[in-house]
Amino acid sequence: MSRDIPVGRGEPSPDENGKLERAWGTPPGLVGWLSSIDHKVIGYRFIVTAMAFFAAGGILAALMRLQLAVPENSLIGPDLYNQIFTMHGTTMMFLFAVPVMQAMGVYLVPLMVGTRNIAFPRLNAYAYWIYLFGGLMIYTAFALDIGPDAGWFSYPPLAGPEFSPGKRVDFWAQLITFTEVSGLLTSIVLITTILKLRAPGMTLDRMPLFVWAILVTSFMIMFAMPAIMFASTGLITDRLVGTHFYNPAEGGDAMLWQHLFWFFGHPEVYIIFIPALGFISSIIATFARRPVFGYPVLVLSMIATGFLGFGLWVHHMFATDAPELGKSFFTAASMIIAIPTALQIFCWITTLWNGRLNFRVPLLFVLAFFFILVIGGLTGIMLASGPLDLQVHDTYFVVAHLHYVLIGGAVFPLFGAFYYWFPKITGRMLNERLGRWNFWLFFIGFNVTFFPMHHLGLYGMPRRVYTYPANVGWSDLNAVATLGAVVIAVSMLLFLVNVIRSYRSGARSPHDPWSAPTLEWATASPPPVYNFARIPIVASREPLWGPSGIVGRVDGLSMDPPENLVTCVLDAAPDHRSVYPRPGIWPFLSAVATTVLFVGSIFTPWAIVWGAVPVAIALTAWFWPGKDEIDEHLALERKP
Amino acid sequence: MSARLNFASSVLAALSGVAYGAPFQNALLPAGVQADHVHTLWLIMLGTCTVVFIALFTAFVAALWRAPRSTEETPPQTSRTTGTERGATRAVALGAALSIAGLLGLLVASVVTDRALAGLPLKDGLVIEVNGQQWWWQVTYAPGDPSRTFETANELHIPVGRPVLLKLQSPDVIHSFWVPNLAPKKDLIPGRTLTLTLRADTPGVYRGQCAEFCGYQHAKMAFLVIAEEPAQYEQWAQSQHDSAKEPADAVRKRGRQVFMESPCVMCHAIQGTRANARTGPDLTHVASRMTLAAGTLPNTRGHLAGWITNPQQVKPGANMPAVTLPADDLQALLTYLESLK
Repeated sequence: MSRDIPVGRGEPSPDENGKLERAWGTPPGLVGWLSSIDHKVIGYRFIVTAMAFFAAGGILAALMRLQLAVPENSLIGPDLYNQIFTMHGTTMMFLFAVPVMQAMGVYLVPLMVGTRNIAFPRLNAYAYWIYLFGGLMIYTAFALDIGPDAGWFSYPPLAGPEFSPGKRVDFWAQLITFTEVSGLLTSIVLITTILKLRAPGMTLDRMPLFVWAILVTSFMIMFAMPAIMFASTGLITDRLVGTHFYNPAEGGDAMLWQHLFWFFGHPEVYIIFIPALGFISSIIATFARRPVFGYPVLVLSMIATGFLGFGLWVHHMFATDAPELGKSFFTAASMIIAIPTALQIFCWITTLWNGRLNFRVPLLFVLAFFFILVIGGLTGIMLASGPLDLQVHDTYFVVAHLHYVLIGGAVFPLFGAFYYWFPKITGRMLNERLGRWNFWLFFIGFNVTFFPMHHLGLYGMPRRVYTYPANVGWSDLNAVATLGAVVIAVSMLLFLVNVIRSYRSGARSPHDPWSAPTLEWATASPPPVYNFARIPIVASREPLWGPSGIVGRVDGLSMDPPENLVTCVLDAAPDHRSVYPRPGIWPFLSAVATTVLFVGSIFTPWAIVWGAVPVAIALTAWFWPGKDEIDEHLALERKP
Repeated sequence: MSARLNFASSVLAALSGVAYGAPFQNALLPAGVQADHVHTLWLIMLGTCTVVFIALFTAFVAALWRAPRSTEETPPQTSRTTGTERGATRAVALGAALSIAGLLGLLVASVVTDRALAGLPLKDGLVIEVNGQQWWWQVTYAPGDPSRTFETANELHIPVGRPVLLKLQSPDVIHSFWVPNLAPKKDLIPGRTLTLTLRADTPGVYRGQCAEFCGYQHAKMAFLVIAEEPAQYEQWAQSQHDSAKEPADAVRKRGRQVFMESPCVMCHAIQGTRANARTGPDLTHVASRMTLAAGTLPNTRGHLAGWITNPQQVKPGANMPAVTLPADDLQALLTYLESLK
């Protein structure tokens, strides 16, 4: 089943491995634990944290389904319900979907491009801590009954100071600040890693499709985040210091928020969706035993989606007074974006058609995409049409649509990815039998929950209602949906059991349990701290398939101090060596200082002034060059 | 119109295996020309998308069916050994061409529908101003014409066959006006006036509901649209325009006095009396309305009593304060309010 790691010239000795281990490793103890900058450690924490938030968001969803199971239910009142659905949406979008995709990128990209560690590792650690602290802040607020209650979209004036007094929406707005900072920094880290740290020979057209997906996503985050950054800052200042960005009475405009929010919010959907396309391409190739058909089509489709995703935001605003001609433009743009997705689906079906299929659990999860996402995509085309959208906009039809797109398009492939890469991350296989139960229950439960919601929307049920009367004819379908939610919950429990059992006592995984084509499988499972003892030299798109995939190994990098190879953007020719930073506590402490500033500013604007002092101190300490470090650099300069 | 209850939606309903939604709040049972346009578009979209789904899914299942099975040991093909794959290229190109053609068709259908919606002739139209607020609907007929204007709440009467121009405004947060049987929805945005045109073609009572999340009681911000024959409508409009009648007996007189001396008068208006506040719904003809608390309760004496004495039970967070009255006073007040037809 497994193969040996392809060996190039100069395989390191055990002694050298020990040296590498010391140079790249994390110091022991609690301080060491907080100081780690290894992309695998950070990526692993990132994934686990995001999944914990997924579980929390899922529990909130289950509570909503219980409340809506019967009409006029008094289980949850409007105050709590509004907090719950706001927290559910906020959690799933800001604390689960985007972070988990970035987290998978943080863990996998350096391995896939064959480098020793990620670029800007301390920044990466800082981004993780900021994300974690933001998430903890919002859940603390929620536990104290000051959770946000104006929706994950927080439209002013409802979210403004007049109609949402108190601190609830402030916590929401600051959570956005946390996730903006984290998301942007992680994007910088990933883009730099992809463009500058690829193994020699891995030209752009040999990059794995998942890496392309992360590259496109990261650029989208860089362009989408500034819009929400301005929007949420305007909301905070409206609420805290009396600006009037969104107050029509003082020359502001409630519509400004909607434009800015959706200019971010629609690309956000593709930011979640595109990495999943990368999972699908990786998994289909491995389990169809052939490369995915149409590599250039897939790459260009993802790039096209990345661009087009910015041109559709007004389709969330068809019910406003945007000009009719403008709406037609956005209808056309929203339909056009179906074309790159359709092209990718055609390419994958063609790949399956001409492949030889190995129906393991990762493939099952990916195949569900072709049922669920296609339905979600087709209802998406319906919603793109202005007039039709106006009937079903803000109804359960849209709830059905968005879950078909996000769960079918991103969560099912993500679960496939977990089953696929779990052996690489933990060194153990997930149980196949439990995996199949997990898959089928999830698939059935999902459709039972969300398919009837299409009908509910057409029958007039609006979104975000905490209850409904008995005589409007929505009771049966709501009961069915709640039943489906129970099935989903069972399937998620099975997944949890599977992960815990397999993590403790699952079958040991070889380096490459699936006989896959990409570089992450060329190293041990779990990978050593330095990823590759010798960086491979790549000569093919599928370096582990075929005899001439890896044509050699890089030699001549310093082992201690740790050195990494930097290559050119286009053709990945060796460019220069760079000394890698040592682990340190300052990224963590900087994140703590930043958190104090962010949370403090909810209560007083002065927190921004005084809170900046510890942040500045921590950042200065972070970048202060130590004498040892300078000596090491100088030594390397003299002795190449 | 219900004869046009279409095959496709019956199939969908059958697919879900449960009862059909209510007929009075339902986008699939258009009772007006605007909803009908969108319904036609829906059928075109549903038909096209169903065909696309079946075609795609068939290809997908066929691919899984025909592809040989493998294991991890099966030697893989690589980019070098798969070659150019002309057949696959042609299949993908054909799929792309069909997708583009299909999308173009749907785009045209959408734009044509847009034109039809915008093209509703408004000659001789009825103008109604709707002010959505947390969490009820203030409705003003013939705004700006002092001789004909009158105000009501949470209930619109419109004549069948006559176009209606709704002027939508909000004094607080964003709401959305939606009667699925009659027309697609439109937002009410503070600081702006949006318009929505519709025409009811089938008489009936249609339920609508706020569709944009507007806070605490978004769920209980409903209203009714009563589409009736023009003669009936004229009669209704005339009676609504009249001021409240003088109380006919002592109990009602006492009821009016209770009203004037209790917190009621701080927020509500009754035309023809001193009560002239505009914070809450105009009660001049409250007894003529079918529901209370924005479509939350049927308008009966018992519900009215419950709503006055304990509104937070019915609609937690509503801006209506509880009014505690001695039993006699309450009964007198109810009798008076019930006389406001």
